[in-house]
This record gives sequence, structure tokens and C-alpha cells, in this order.
Amino acid sequence: MRVPLSWLREYVDLPAGETGRDVAARLVRAGLEVETVEQLGTDIKGPLVVGEVLSIDELSGFKKPIRHCFVNVGSANGTGEPQEIVCGATNFQVGDKVVVILPGGVLPGPFPISARQTYGHTSAGMICSARELGMGDDHNGIIVLPPEYEPGTDAIELLQLVDEVLDIAVTPDRGYCLSMRGVAREAAAAYGLPLADPALLDVPPANSYGYLVKVADPVGCDRFVARTVTGVNPAAQSPIWLQRRLQKSGIRPISLAVDITNYVMLEVGQPLHAYDRERVDGPIQVRRAAEGETLTTLDGVKRKLSAEDLLICDNSGPIGLAGVMGGATTEILDPVTDPETGVVTGTTEIIVEAAHFEPVAIARAAKRHKLPSEASKRFERGVDPEAARAAAQRAVDLLVLIAGGTAEAGVTDIAAPHPVRTISIDAGLPDRVAGAEYGRETVTRRLQEVGCTVVGADVLEVTPPSWRPDLTDPYDLVEEVVRLEGYDNVPARMPTTPPGRGLSEAQRFHRRVGVALAGAGYVEINAYPFVGEAAFDGLGLDADDARRRVVKLVNPLNDAEPALRTTLLPGLLGALRRNVGRGNTDLALFETGTVFLPKAERKVAPRLPVDRRPTEEQLAELNAALPDQPRRVAVALTGERLPSGWWGKGAPSGWADAIEAARTVAAAAGVELTVRQAQYAPWHPGRCAELLVGDEVVGHAGELHPRVIKAMHLPERTSAMELDLDLVFEDGRRVSGPPVSAYPVATQDVALIVDAGVHAADVESALREGAGELLESLRLFDVFTGEQAGAGKKSLAYTLRFRATDRTLTADEASAARESAVAVAAERTGAVLRGA
Amino acid sequence: MSAPNKSYDPVEVEALKPEVVEQARDEAIAAFAAAADLDELKQAKVAHTGDRSPLSLANREIGALPPQAKAAAGKLIGQARGAVNQALAKRQAELEAERDARVLVEEAVDVTLPFGRVPRGARHPLTTLAERIEDTFVAMGYQVASGPEVEAEWLNFDALNLHADHPARSMQDTFFVEAPDGSADSGMVLRTQTSPVQIRAMLAGEPPLYAVSPGRVYRTDELDATHTPVFRQVEAIAVDEGITFGHLKGTIEVLVEKLIGGGLELRWRPSYFPFTEPSAEIDLQCFVCRGASVGNPDRPCRTCSSEGWIELGGCGVVNPRVLVAAGIDPNRYSGFAFGLGLERILMNRHNVADMRDMVEGDVRFTLPFGMEI
Ligand SMILES: [Zn+2]
Repeated sequence: MRVPLSWLREYVDLPAGETGRDVAARLVRAGLEVETVEQLGTDIKGPLVVGEVLSIDELSGFKKPIRHCFVNVGSANGTGEPQEIVCGATNFQVGDKVVVILPGGVLPGPFPISARQTYGHTSAGMICSARELGMGDDHNGIIVLPPEYEPGTDAIELLQLVDEVLDIAVTPDRGYCLSMRGVAREAAAAYGLPLADPALLDVPPANSYGYLVKVADPVGCDRFVARTVTGVNPAAQSPIWLQRRLQKSGIRPISLAVDITNYVMLEVGQPLHAYDRERVDGPIQVRRAAEGETLTTLDGVKRKLSAEDLLICDNSGPIGLAGVMGGATTEILDPVTDPETGVVTGTTEIIVEAAHFEPVAIARAAKRHKLPSEASKRFERGVDPEAARAAAQRAVDLLVLIAGGTAEAGVTDIAAPHPVRTISIDAGLPDRVAGAEYGRETVTRRLQEVGCTVVGADVLEVTPPSWRPDLTDPYDLVEEVVRLEGYDNVPARMPTTPPGRGLSEAQRFHRRVGVALAGAGYVEINAYPFVGEAAFDGLGLDADDARRRVVKLVNPLNDAEPALRTTLLPGLLGALRRNVGRGNTDLALFETGTVFLPKAERKVAPRLPVDRRPTEEQLAELNAALPDQPRRVAVALTGERLPSGWWGKGAPSGWADAIEAARTVAAAAGVELTVRQAQYAPWHPGRCAELLVGDEVVGHAGELHPRVIKAMHLPERTSAMELDLDLVFEDGRRVSGPPVSAYPVATQDVALIVDAGVHAADVESALREGAGELLESLRLFDVFTGEQAGAGKKSLAYTLRFRATDRTLTADEASAARESAVAVAAERTGAVLRGA
Repeated sequence: MSAPNKSYDPVEVEALKPEVVEQARDEAIAAFAAAADLDELKQAKVAHTGDRSPLSLANREIGALPPQAKAAAGKLIGQARGAVNQALAKRQAELEAERDARVLVEEAVDVTLPFGRVPRGARHPLTTLAERIEDTFVAMGYQVASGPEVEAEWLNFDALNLHADHPARSMQDTFFVEAPDGSADSGMVLRTQTSPVQIRAMLAGEPPLYAVSPGRVYRTDELDATHTPVFRQVEAIAVDEGITFGHLKGTIEVLVEKLIGGGLELRWRPSYFPFTEPSAEIDLQCFVCRGASVGNPDRPCRTCSSEGWIELGGCGVVNPRVLVAAGIDPNRYSGFAFGLGLERILMNRHNVADMRDMVEGDVRFTLPFGMEI
């Protein structure tokens, strides 16, 4: 809602020195969201005056029409002589009153004006267009004023160019503030000043000879006021003040009748509609649409109607989508001037509709037809049903005053009975909710200020005003009291909280994972979870891969990415590629976040009641419909893991780093991770590890498949890991401190030859088992293949450290343990001692 | 070597004459002093203390002396050898110190050489910012709660007093989850706020409840410098006997002081949220210009767009209808709730100009934030 300060002052006698910013600050503290305070006209400097065109000389020989004019500007130019001006516009005639800026003036830009030579003549000033004056950018032609203004009159004041406009974002509960009346009421309360209510008008009572209206759906339309005006002069135009107020409020002036309905809507908040009576066929009816009916709205669009749509109809069928937009067939005609006679024809008889429609019906219709209009915006948020008569009267008055019409005596007013809404509120409730001491008198006074009727003492019986449909329960009233008393004035306190439990084990674990990976050199990213088929294709997933079963969005931002991720890899690899593209070539990235896995049987989450707690069964049904959303961690690496430098060669990142990242996570969880060779997209079939905790597969790691790397435009040998944090986490884990022996260690090395296909993990577990309890640690320190190992073989060299907790081991004991280890390895994996 | 000879006169033995011993002693001391380095000293040591050195040879003669002469000779030689050894040790220490000093100088390196053998990682600043806020609340006795991102509409809207036709429901541009029949009526959305977590927390048990819930939320905004369709909120809720709007103010004041710093004014603007009443928007005085940029074109402020205030978030007293839907007796309990946008706090607290930097995952953006914020 755009509120010109000059207009606001009409209803509230604000202190003379108050600026737009001052008023905005007061309104903000009362709860109106004033987004900007626009300064109009500060960039215009006069002399800007009314001029009368005395002569026009059409110059020829130029690429565009150029006029050499003499304009009477009265004594504004100091001489009283006609002003010589060259002009490029052609929408004016000799005798027209125009707006002239004289040398010395400045137009917005800034464009300083001075006398100059152009097109072979002197041009001492400029004839101005609305756009040049910053009045609105809808007109390119110059302004032609009504004839009654004297040449030389100051046009800055005449055109009300200097003003301030408050732009207010109105929250859904304050529909009444979509009007000058509503904002003025808030301003009056904020300043403690009286309000001149524009809806307080003398209105004749309803009678039986008004335009015939039948309301078939009194629930959808509980109020319908119709008034008629005849003898309207179709040539009449909106006066400057009216046009300017509309322009400043952000509404384009169109024609007098439409401008008046818009003006009254802005003023009192009641959307109006004007029909050309001669185009309406018989009585007006308000009803719901029949399936299959259509309506061409006045934006020229033919709309298929739904049975829920509330319609305004005549004998011909629908003539308007109630509360949203009127129909084309009955709209006010654009005036047409006969070029021969100069006679203007157009609409001369007008029906003014001021109705009240059910908010939900209008909201749905506007949504369904994608037609948010100024009218629907107001009806959705609640319009004062009691303002309909006054609004219609105001429109009639303006049509009579400006268009020379005659108000017909008939007054149609169909009103469904409204129950009186009364709210009982404990007078102490505002104090208790705010934690402040207002007292009953203050509570009563504040409620009266917003228009409520208040009776009672300890319990107040409050009747909210008709324009506040949002006030329905005691807390609504509490809010009114507290906001008007000022939130800033509520004393701040701290609640007394019970002893806290701190972070849960799972929360600590999630933090630990991030710390551990970042400590290992990984940088965290947060990718969007939106994916499409292309992402899965890029990962080389089979057509029946479970990860292609997705949760889909109805309205994705990007139609190519309509689904939610089932793996973190697409986003993570996307971030990796973006970094590489920006020249960050050595990368270790990680992300933690949820993936979205649809339930085996897709269900709809029930809409449960809100007037009581749902039952456990209902909540279980609701939760059962939600997709599984496990928390995952993933890493991706490329380039050098350890950089080369003056200290020596570094190390490229690879599959082993990706697997090690999983071990880092497992260590943070305190669980033991085992690794198994596997084949799983998108990993390299020979360089993919399955990650297990116990017997459960928790994720995969390794180097990506070369095809995936190519398809996704990733650097060669990019590696990645993804695992499920929920599966890795074990609640209640506690480490038992291991015994630390102070006896000496006995170290033994073994070099084993095994088939190249034998897994080191199997050799290691065999060695461990065979070595028994004396084995303190085991480390693989060398792996090689080649001639020395033999064809199809590899050599694995281990250091075994033996130690007892209670004695110094003898050489024989250590050797026995080593031999036992080798024996088990030989038995399980075919390992042979090198050189044996 | 001579055999012991009882009739032997010590004076007769040339090597044991005091002047000879003294001379040998002095020569040894002089040789040590003259040694320029440890090698020369080693040679001098062999020459003057070795088996063939004059004093060693003289010492051997003592054995052959008559017993009554042995003591005097032994004393003479012992003193000389003591002096020689002392001089040797002293010179040895001197030369070793010299050598050590020289070696350490030779081993000096340029300690300003850059060293990046172990690359550093970093956590995302939005993660660590959320943790910092969590910690502030945990210290106040709150628990940290979380919930699913694909959420039931009932929890995201209805239970929060946003019924199907509520105008606020269209204000929030919601991603709807497709139903099995392809329609939008799945009853599920990508949560538009972390408030459903509050409902879940209330449903989980009886008050008192003090919970903070950070998390990702979704709205259908296109990504630009100040918007992102996926962003983070932190919400807190307190439900207990006698909770008031004043408690809400006190709690937020503490949070702001811990998070951003003290001495800044807060502005409480009445606003509208269906799940709270009274509701407020919280503005923080701009900590860069402290309001000096307002209406002052000579001192524009980028942080607050010369508004003087920075929007922190929304809050209010929990609407009793929300308590009812969560099974809490509104006549016994009351509550407050508030929500903050983490991206905006990060932008302001750390001078981040462009929202896209938080989204794109460029390591150059994230690395400086390190492990904690
Ligand atoms: Zn600032």
C-alpha cells in the first residue's frame, strides 16, 4: 500500500513539521511494515508553469516532426512576452494549456534547462511530458491540462509534484491497512490524534427501487450494494488531484469511472466495480459457476470457470468473476471522439457495485485463475462489510461532482445477517502475556482506540469493529494492546530454565565428523539437494538402480532437476567441478546432509485436526508417509592430496584417500570399519571399496569410473566416498582404556608372497589371528609386484610388534608367535614366506 | 721398564726429577693451549697423555722406586698429570663449544620458507555459526532438536495455525512434494521453516520445553546476491508456566550479545505470524554505522543499506492454538518462539556481500573460516 503523506494528512491532522520518515517510524513501531519513504519532486526546480499554446509552426526537413511554438506563460518569464519553444511532441493544439519549464529550471535527471539554438530557432524552455516530470512513465506525450488554469500558474504546486510516499507492506492480518482509512486510523492512534473517517458519510437507506440484484449464494456474498448514476458525461476526465493521487499510489489513471472506483477503493478499502448499465442485460445475479461456463475478463482473457467460482451474472450469463475481475462485455466504454463533429460518445449510465465476498472463495479464485488483483488482494484479507454503502455513496458523489451525472434514488442493499462477534477477555491477560503491568483502564482504552466496543470489568466483553475481521480471540486483542503500548516498553527478563542436558551423543558425533574431516584437510560444502535424471545418468547408474527412485517436487525451480537427491555425490562433484573450473585444482571436499529415499509404498501424509493433539496412531501414519531421510557424509578428491614443494615430492590424491576418509569418520564414531572389494556405480570397478561396520554395508569409496569422470567433466582419477552416518553411529559407546605394558617390545618382520588377487585385508586378518594375544600392532610397510615377487604374485611386507603385559618376551616366544601368524596366513591366503 | 730395585735412588732417575716433570707438564699444557681445533687437541692429547708421553713414562718408573720414595714421586707425577688433564678438559670444552657454535651457524635455515605440506581443511561457516548459536542456547539449558526436511504439511502449516486457505500460506513460496497420483496433494512439502521441529518437540513430551532447532529450509526463490532457495534458520522455543513476551526479549538480548556483541539497540516491530501472537520482527541496530547513515547520503552504509537497522528475524508468544494442536494445555502453559536466518547473520557478522558465495562451495570462501566461527 502506497500512502502519499499529503493524502494521509487529509484524515489525520499530523503536526506540520512531521516528515515522511517521522511518520514511518511511528507506524513501524505500531506494526506497519513501512518499506520505503519515497521523496517525490525533490529533483525538480522551477520555474515550471502553466502555458497556453499561441502558435504552432510545423518545421519540415527533419527526420521527425518538429514544432516551433510560441507559448504564453503569463509573467512567469519576467517579460510577459510569448515564450519561444521548439518541441518534438505533437499531441497538442493551439489554445491547449500545457506545462512549461523555463530556462533556469531543472528536470529530474538532472537536466538543467537553458535557452539554446535548435532546428534553426531559439528554444527557451521545454513543454513537458508526465514522464519528464517523474509523474509516471505511462505517457510519452506532453501533458495537456484542463482549460481552466491561468498561464503562468506554478505547476509544481498545481501538479502536486512535491510529496512523500510511504510504501507499506501490509501483513495478511491487517487487510484494513490496504486503505487510506486504515493507515490513517493507525497514524491517528500512534499520534493520539482524532481520525476524520472517510467512510462516515450520509447514505440514503436501502429501498425497493434500486437496480435489481439477486444473491443466490449469501455465504459467498453477504453484502451487495448497487447504485446507479445516469447522465454521465463521457468526455469528462479525471481532475488532476485525482490522477495524481492514483499515480502516487501506484495506479495508472485510465478513465473517469474506473479512476473513481480505484480512488474510492484506495480511500476506504472497499473494491468497487462499475458496469455500463446499457450493456447489462437484466437483473444482476450472484451465484457459483456451472461447470463448463466461460467468462472473458476485462484483460481480454477467456477463462474456463470452475464450479467453485463466485460469479456476477446477468441474463446473458457471467459478467464478472466476483471480487477478482470484471467481464469485458459490461465494462465502461472508452470514450470515442467523432472526428467530424467533435462529439464524444461512451458510457453514460453506470451501475456501481460495492459488495462483500467471502475471503476464502476470492483467494481460491484468484489463485486458480492466477489473477491477483487489487480487489482480490483486499477481499482475501478481509474488507469491512459495513463500508460498502459508504463506498458506493462516495463513488456516486464523485460521478455526480466530476462527470455531471445524476444519482438515481434507488438504493440496492442486500445484506445477510451478521452475528455480532463478541470476545470475552480477562482484563489481566495482556499483562500476563506480555509480562508487563498495563492495568484494566489501559487495556480498555487501547481496545477502544482500535475501534472496539468494550464493556465489563474483570472480564471484558469486547466487540471488534467491522473492519477488523482478524480480531477473533483474546490473544488477538492482547496483541493490539501490547503493540499500541509499545513492544519496546515491555521489560526484558530471563526465564528460569531447568538444568540442560547438553548435546546428544548423535549431535556430538555429527560435529566430530566435521571436525575430523576438516582436520584431515577437507573443506565443507553445502550443495542444493535438487537433482534430475541427468545427474543419475552422469553417475552411470543402471536403469533399475535404487537411487533412481526419488522424491519429486511438483514445482521445481528448474524443470531439469525436479527431484531430491538420493546420494550426495551429484552436488558434491558439481562443487568439485566448479572449483576446478575456477582454478582450484587440488581439492578435498566434504558434505554432510540428508538424502531423500521414498518409502516402498508411497502414501499421502494425512491432514490431521488442529483443535486437539493428534493420536499416536495418527502421528505414526503421518511419519510413515514421509520419505526416509538418513544423514550421509561424502568426500571427493582430486589433484594433490599432499602438495609438492621445496621439501620434496607430495602425493596425488586417490582411491586410498577416499577410503581413509571413511576410516576417519568411523574413528569419529568409535567403530571399526572393514573394507571389502566391490563393484558399485559410480566407482571404478577395480578400485571400489565397500565399507562395512559389522556385517552392514554403510557406504562405498574409491576412484570414480573413468566413464563417469568423462561424462561429468571431472579431472582424471577423481576419488569419492559416501557413507551413511546414521548407520555408523552407535549410541552409548564408551572406550575401555587399554592396558599399557612397560615391558620391552619384540619386533619381527615378515615378507609374504601371495597371489596378486589376494586382498591385503584378508592377509592381515589372518596374520592377526595367527599371531594371537601377544601381537601389539601390525603394519604393512611395503607392497610390490614384479620379477622379484614372481608372475601373478605380489609381495607384502609387515612389521609385527609383540609384547606381553606381564613379562619380557623371549626371542623364542616372539618367533613362535610370528610363525603361527605366517602359518595361518599361509593356510587362509596361500601366503609363502619370501625367500622360503 | 726397570725392575724394582730397593737400592735405587730416586734422584738418580732422570725422568722423575721435579724439573723434568714440571717441564713435561708445562709442555703439555702449552701444547693443549696451542691446539687450534679438536683434531690438534687429540694429537696433543696422545702426545702428552698417551702411553708414550713423558709423564706416562715417568709414572712407570715409580714402580721401580724403593717404597720410601714411591709416595713422593707418586705425588709429584699425580699433581702434574692432574694439572695436564685439567688443562686438556678445559681446552676440550672450549674447542667443543667453538665447534658447536660453528656447526649451529652452518645448520641455520631460512625459517620464513613457506610450508604447506599438510593441507588445511575447513568447516562451512554456516555450520559453525549454527553450532555457536546452539552452544549459546545449550548453555542456557536448552536442548538441540531436529526434524525432517521433507515434512508433513500438517506440521509445516496446519499445526502452526496456517490453515489451507490462510493468506500467509501463499506468502511462503513452498516446494510441494508430488503425490503418488502426480498431484500436489501428497500432504508433504519441503519445510519452509524450522517451526515444524518445534511442533515435534512439543508433541514429544510435557513442558517445560526449551529447545533450539537449526536446519535447512526451502522457499521457491531464485538464487541471487540476497536470496537462495535453500537456506538455514535457527528457531528456539520455550514452553513453560508463566512464559511471557518479556522472557522472549530477555532471551534474544542475551543471544545477540553473545553472537554479535553488546551495546547495540534492538527494535521490536509488531508483525504478523500465524503461529505467534503477539508477534514481532526484531531489528538490530546496524553495528557498522549505528544509524549514522540514515538520511545521510554522504555516509552510505552497505551493511544496512542506510536503513540503520538490520532485520534479525521474527518472534512472538506462541499462539494458544498451536499449543492446543500439540496437546499442551494453554491455560497452564505459555511459550515464546523465534527464528533467525543464518545467512543474513553470516553476511552481517562477517561482511559477506553475496549470498552465492555461501552456496557455491568455492574453497577460497570457506577456508578462512577454519574450524570455528
Ligand atoms: Zn549501517
